[in-house]
Amino acid sequence: MTDTVSLVLQAVPYLFSGVGVTLGLVIVSLLIGLLMGVPMAVAQVYGPRSVWGIITVYVWIFRGLPNLVLLFLFYFGIYPLLGLDVPPFLVAVTVLGLRSGAYQSQIFRGAIQSIGEGQMTAARSLGMSTSQAITGVILPQAMRIALPGWSNEYPILLTDSAVCYAIGVMEILTRADQIVVLTAEPMTIYLVAAAIFILLNYGGMRIFARIEKKVNIPGFGERAL
Amino acid sequence: MEENDYILQVEDIHKAYGDREVLRGVSFTVRKGETKVFIGPSGTGKSTLLRCINQLTVPDRGRVFLHGEEVTNSGSRINYFRQRMGMVFQNFYLFDHLTAVRNVEIALLKVKRMDPKAAREKALYELRQVGMEDWADHYPAELSGGQAQRVSIARALAMDPDVILFDEPTSALDPELTREVLEVMKKLSNEGMTMLVVTHEMGFALSAASEVLFMERGLIVESGPPSEIPTSPVFERTRKFVGQFRDF
Repeated sequence: MTDTVSLVLQAVPYLFSGVGVTLGLVIVSLLIGLLMGVPMAVAQVYGPRSVWGIITVYVWIFRGLPNLVLLFLFYFGIYPLLGLDVPPFLVAVTVLGLRSGAYQSQIFRGAIQSIGEGQMTAARSLGMSTSQAITGVILPQAMRIALPGWSNEYPILLTDSAVCYAIGVMEILTRADQIVVLTAEPMTIYLVAAAIFILLNYGGMRIFARIEKKVNIPGFGERAL
Repeated sequence: MEENDYILQVEDIHKAYGDREVLRGVSFTVRKGETKVFIGPSGTGKSTLLRCINQLTVPDRGRVFLHGEEVTNSGSRINYFRQRMGMVFQNFYLFDHLTAVRNVEIALLKVKRMDPKAAREKALYELRQVGMEDWADHYPAELSGGQAQRVSIARALAMDPDVILFDEPTSALDPELTREVLEVMKKLSNEGMTMLVVTHEMGFALSAASEVLFMERGLIVESGPPSEIPTSPVFERTRKFVGQFRDF
């Protein structure tokens, strides 16, 4: 028993130093996905048909391929073929970000399409251009509508990030695995790793709940349009 | 040119949706300060006509001029013309994520690029005009239909338009709320605002219109000052129809 305790005590700091890497993966990917997802959603709803088609194909590919396949493709295939020596962390955020962008684009597209046509009509009737109406009226509403669904991207990316173990990113699971190899105590170590993931998930949920509360508008989104 | 006396000239507007001809050649002119009220059975193209004027719906044929400048086929200049032509909708279409005062000021900031302080002052002034200054910080979902519609009138007024298009502004309201909105509209009309109003409210037409235009199946079939309405044969037919909506 004391062996287990001291093992845990020794393992925890090493595992915790992976928290920064894991959170880095999650947050950078989330941001890449956001920066891609919103313009893609806007382009799909308001852009020409050809753009709609291109994005549909993109979404279809990146939602259709397993993370691990994409990681290997980029790490062993695409980046080396381009002659680039990209560190595992950057390969990982490329893949997680591109993939999250595909998912996020559809979350935002759904939100934009749920906004009544009258909002755009009223904005245009005041002399706003389409892009002024999108940035000033449509997106502020769509982002709020999308937030609950969008928050899901956090736990999804958090759990997906563990796959980056496969290309040696020094995140939590990779570190856990290193300790297990040394100590042959898989149950204890993986349980500690699991606890850290649960904690990170809980913290994220709290933050998103707070954001939702902060941007809430009385009556908005509560009634049928 | 004498044409330039007119704020608005509408020439031979046609609009069809597939086989259905909604507008079959509508022409009229509007002078400064006039309140023109369009009445007639539902589905005769009144609302479509208003939307063809500010190009929210693009007409198949015909032209619209504002102060002698062509609004139709004006490309991106349409955003300028729309600033000059306010619109009030049946369902208000207030921006749901903004408070009343921000609904009024958003176009001042975004379109007119007004200084934020001046825009806020202007917005509050317009809310005062429609009796909504006490509700400035409320969101649309917190307002009654009549209050929401008054805010939307303030939003249109804030742009200092040459003309305001009212598209059935009280059709979504019960009689009590209808009255508060009509009072605001009547006040604007009396103050010399140029207005085009599509409505079933005969009381408003009779008391505020400088001209009443009867529309039927995509055409203006008769027009005249409200004093002529009671003796008009066309009005007899219209009254039967409109009478189903409200007594007058």
